[in-house]
Amino acid sequence: MNSGIPLQYFLVLASIMFFAGVYGFLTRRNLITILMSVELILNSVNINFLAFNRYLYPHKLEGMFFSIFIIAVAASEAAVAIAIIINIYRRFTTINVEDVNEMKY
Amino acid sequence: MASNQIMFILFAAMIVVFSILTVTTRKILRAATYLLFVLVSTSGLYFMLNYQFLAAVQLTLYAGGIVVLIIFSILLTSHISQNFESSGWKKNIFSALAAIIGAILSIVTILDYSFSATTQAAQEVDMRLIGKSLLSVEYDGYVLPFEVISVLLLAAMVAAIVIAKKGAPKKTVLPNLNQE
Repeated sequence: MNSGIPLQYFLVLASIMFFAGVYGFLTRRNLITILMSVELILNSVNINFLAFNRYLYPHKLEGMFFSIFIIAVAASEAAVAIAIIINIYRRFTTINVEDVNEMKY
Repeated sequence: MASNQIMFILFAAMIVVFSILTVTTRKILRAATYLLFVLVSTSGLYFMLNYQFLAAVQLTLYAGGIVVLIIFSILLTSHISQNFESSGWKKNIFSALAAIIGAILSIVTILDYSFSATTQAAQEVDMRLIGKSLLSVEYDGYVLPFEVISVLLLAAMVAAIVIAKKGAPKKTVLPNLNQE
């Protein structure tokens, strides 16, 4: 199944993905690409949970259920965030974070 | 080299390359496509770890749902051929420094730590077991987070509809019928 692949490989892979997401979160200016970076970060956390569960506690299911709940939270977060982004676009006709700096309308 | 190692290297290379491309490409629709590749290869990793149910959830919900939602909102809000203007080089360099230093720090820590696995027999994850533990109130049951997440999903759905729909139209002045 997963013989010959140490746990550390999964963790290193997930941390590379996490910091790619952090880089995107810091440098992007478009709201949708910021949302995509957040999805990358959440996904890397899921990989960590599942690798820990499979390698260190294979007789339990905590990691898997935590991942399911993370996926559900990510889905609802994406739905609400995209609704807000569309509303912002309707009001300001831009989704650049630096042009959307007033809450008054 | 065993076949599972080859598969792992393939998935890992795809994840690393495409996640870096996702955050560095200049075209927004390409970024969404690279994100799709990352999510699909992540579900391949889940299949390798023997979590078939979660891999299917990942494929349908992330790759099928969220990416489609993102692509739709991209099409609604920006021109496909539009390039981003790059943010200032100072910001880029400092963000890259922060990300690289953080990655090196965490990778060194991970490789330094010795994980100790249990010797207990692995439990096979089948659908029946997942359903029973999701709805059980016993010691290993997850009925409370299950209910909380269902309320959260309902609230998110209502909130998305309320936020995204057009605001109430301005009250039109009704013509006064009994004017004369």
